[in-house]
Amino acid sequence: MAACAEEIPKPIAGWRRALLIALLAAPAGAFAAFTWNFPEPVTPVAHETLKIHNEFMIIITVLFTVVFAIMIYSMAKHRKKAGHQAAGFTGPKGALQWFWVLVPFAILLFIDFVLMGVPAVHALIQMEDSQSRADMVLKVTGMQWKWQYEYPDSDIRFVSALATPPDQISNAEAKGDNYLLEVDNPVVLPVGRKVRVLLTSTDVIHTWWVPQFGVKRYAIPGFLRETWLKIEQPGTYRGQCAELCGKGHGFMPVVVEAVPEADYLAWVEKRKSMALAAADATERAWSKDELIAQGKAVYEKICATCHQPDGRGLPGAFPAIAGSKVVNTPLIAVDGKPAKDSHVDRVMNGKPGTAMQAFKTTLSDVEIASVITFQRNSFGNRQGDMIQPAQIKALR
Amino acid sequence: MDIATHHPAQHHAAHPTGVLRWLTTTNHKDIGTLYLSFALVMFFVGGLMILAVRAELFQPGLQLMQPDFFNQLIGVHALVMIFAALMPAATGFANWMIPLMIGAPDMALPRLNNWGFWLLPPAAFLLTLPFLLALFGIGSGAIDTGWTFYAPLSIQGGMGIDFAIFAVHLLGISSIMGSINIIATIFNLRAPGMTLMKMPLFAWGWLITAFLLIATIPVLAGAVTMLLTDRHFGTHFFQAAGGGDPILFQHLFWFFGHPEVYILLLPVWGLIPHILSAFSRKPIYGYKAQVWSFAAIGILSVIVWAHHFFTAGLPVPALIYFMFSTMSISLPLAVLFFCWIATMWRGAMSFETPMLFATGFIVLFGIAGLTGLILADVAADAQYHHSYFVVAHFHYALFAGGIMGVMAGVYYWLPKWTGRRYSETLGKWHFWLTVVSFNLTFMPQFFLGLAGMPRRIPDYALQFAEFNAISTVGAFILGVSQLLFAWNAIRCMGGKGQPAEARAWEGARGLEWELPSPPPHHTWEIQPEVK
Repeated sequence: MAACAEEIPKPIAGWRRALLIALLAAPAGAFAAFTWNFPEPVTPVAHETLKIHNEFMIIITVLFTVVFAIMIYSMAKHRKKAGHQAAGFTGPKGALQWFWVLVPFAILLFIDFVLMGVPAVHALIQMEDSQSRADMVLKVTGMQWKWQYEYPDSDIRFVSALATPPDQISNAEAKGDNYLLEVDNPVVLPVGRKVRVLLTSTDVIHTWWVPQFGVKRYAIPGFLRETWLKIEQPGTYRGQCAELCGKGHGFMPVVVEAVPEADYLAWVEKRKSMALAAADATERAWSKDELIAQGKAVYEKICATCHQPDGRGLPGAFPAIAGSKVVNTPLIAVDGKPAKDSHVDRVMNGKPGTAMQAFKTTLSDVEIASVITFQRNSFGNRQGDMIQPAQIKALR
Repeated sequence: MDIATHHPAQHHAAHPTGVLRWLTTTNHKDIGTLYLSFALVMFFVGGLMILAVRAELFQPGLQLMQPDFFNQLIGVHALVMIFAALMPAATGFANWMIPLMIGAPDMALPRLNNWGFWLLPPAAFLLTLPFLLALFGIGSGAIDTGWTFYAPLSIQGGMGIDFAIFAVHLLGISSIMGSINIIATIFNLRAPGMTLMKMPLFAWGWLITAFLLIATIPVLAGAVTMLLTDRHFGTHFFQAAGGGDPILFQHLFWFFGHPEVYILLLPVWGLIPHILSAFSRKPIYGYKAQVWSFAAIGILSVIVWAHHFFTAGLPVPALIYFMFSTMSISLPLAVLFFCWIATMWRGAMSFETPMLFATGFIVLFGIAGLTGLILADVAADAQYHHSYFVVAHFHYALFAGGIMGVMAGVYYWLPKWTGRRYSETLGKWHFWLTVVSFNLTFMPQFFLGLAGMPRRIPDYALQFAEFNAISTVGAFILGVSQLLFAWNAIRCMGGKGQPAEARAWEGARGLEWELPSPPPHHTWEIQPEVK
């Protein structure tokens, strides 16, 4: 684990760590492999969060030590075995005793509402200031079990899903350094720019979390939530979905690459030209073999989590593709539109109330056409037909 | 409390024998025993589930189970531990001890009492049945949303959710009946001369708990019923597509869910002072302050719920309100800590097993309270929320604060219940193994959370491997250690061990110790007079 790359959160150095270790009586040993605190902060919010976290940890550690030192002193001193005679008091008597009884509560009041309360409100107001002077917008859409990112200013949209091979998860193969924290399409953001992040979801509640940004926010279906980032240094930052969202919850990481402004602009151009190429691909006529080959890749990336790599599904939870009633419907009804609950309809519009989502919002025309063609001609399904990306485009 | 009239020994315990005795019993002691035994069994059921989870989490990668089964285990573990272990244990205490402690002949509503208990086994059966059905290819297994039922994930789920909803309905009915019974008993059957402010703290803790249950369980029942109609009858309470709001579910759930924490803890806070006082050989310090703290915590507990979803994107004024109202709970809680330590202060302490558990409870529950204080801070909460930091925090609250407190109570009153002394040596082994392995299990989880490990994931990144391995080792030691507890308790129930005197502990005070150990089937038929 020590060999992990630079984005593995580093323990914060210095006396605070020493204090934590000493006071919480953590086991001594190979500290190199353990992290004791938040990973290194890289946004103003994360700096603030770490600062108040450290201050509060010190406050509660002092409280803990003082209170239980008194208790342990008493447990050692006021023992029957040591010959101590029990007193009989049941409450404070006289002004002086009342004074000493009330002092701890005055101190606690001060700690709660001033010592902790004031910095907490300050940090909170900073954290919620997502709208003022934002340089750009990133829209994040959670969906089972991947993230879609949109850059409304640049007309860019893509899906970002787990890139760790299944063999690593099933222990058939050695695990990579970024096991479960790697994706096919990372989010790219410019350093030093205030990014307003809008969040929503297409199915259930997800939570977008990158520890080094100090940001965690729900992505709620049907609602928009927002937060903000201003990444201070270039690097690759990793996080995960933090809200239980079904069986793939542990497998939908967030990867953000923060790059200098110039690199970011170059990336935007590259993405735009990719979008143009994709549009061309939609227009041209594809052969069936091409579609099946392409569709297999899409199936393995998108569909296999639920419907399983062998197309047999999970009985009771996720229907099989092999021999499926839906797959074995005619492609297009007589009026040229997909019939309700037909194969094309199901893939494009999903099935509300289930994990089957409306893939027309996340997959391209080529991806939808190819995966439908693949499913109709695999796992023992022998429809023999195909659908062109251009047809999907027309059906949107 | 001086007793003017002593209770004459009575022996007319005519009742059916065998299974029928337990099915038909209306005796508060029998029902208390049923509750406590049921809780012990379910404690091991829930424990086995989580040991399977910890085994899976021992190393990165999926070794033992698939993620969907993992999700079922964590949710059912929580529901079982909360509703079928900790709450029935507390109700078992109430049944056994409240009549004995306030000088009442029985609970006020004995038949309701019987029904209240016998709703529990079917509820537990409903919760776990989907596991079995799935083995036979029916359905996709038990509830897989975690114990929180969050919509719309719970709208999407299989029939395990419906089973859990009906189980929660039954458990809720049972809790409300138990609460009504406790309130009726306390208000009507106290011994002559026992004013409310002379009543034992344990009864006070339960009185506040009972009111909290009656106030909040219907909200949970309503929320899960709305969920049920969303699932099957086309309503859209929690579905945005039909104009509903998923966060509404969280508001309703946590309006119940946060008081639930105090429902689990108040009975324990009630019994701990009795133990501290007995083993310090000194009266309880700050009785009135503790009563008022119970009441204050009860009231505060129903106005702080949204701190369970600070990261949902609530408006700033709401965040500030919920932050400060949550922090306010630290004040009455600090009063309790102050009184506990002041009760021990300048006493003549001895450390038999109940006292060990009581003092261990104070220290470890202190960690829960203090981490709770920083969790209330909205900005830092963005890091803690839904991470293992929270998992560690609430296990310090509910295992150390709840289960260990219950164990302190069991060891304290076991000689009274069974008339036998448990093995002190085994009890001490149990305590030290529990404390060490509990910390070994949950202390690393604080650091996992700070490092960024989300909760409820079946597999994790490599940087979390070491702490998870330690935590799993701790969990298995913790699990196995509890067998000592079961053995020790069952031994006494089977009539083994030294006979116990009426006043089993030198410093024990209160009406229950005026009765023989074990008490006869019917007690306080002539109520004692308290001066």
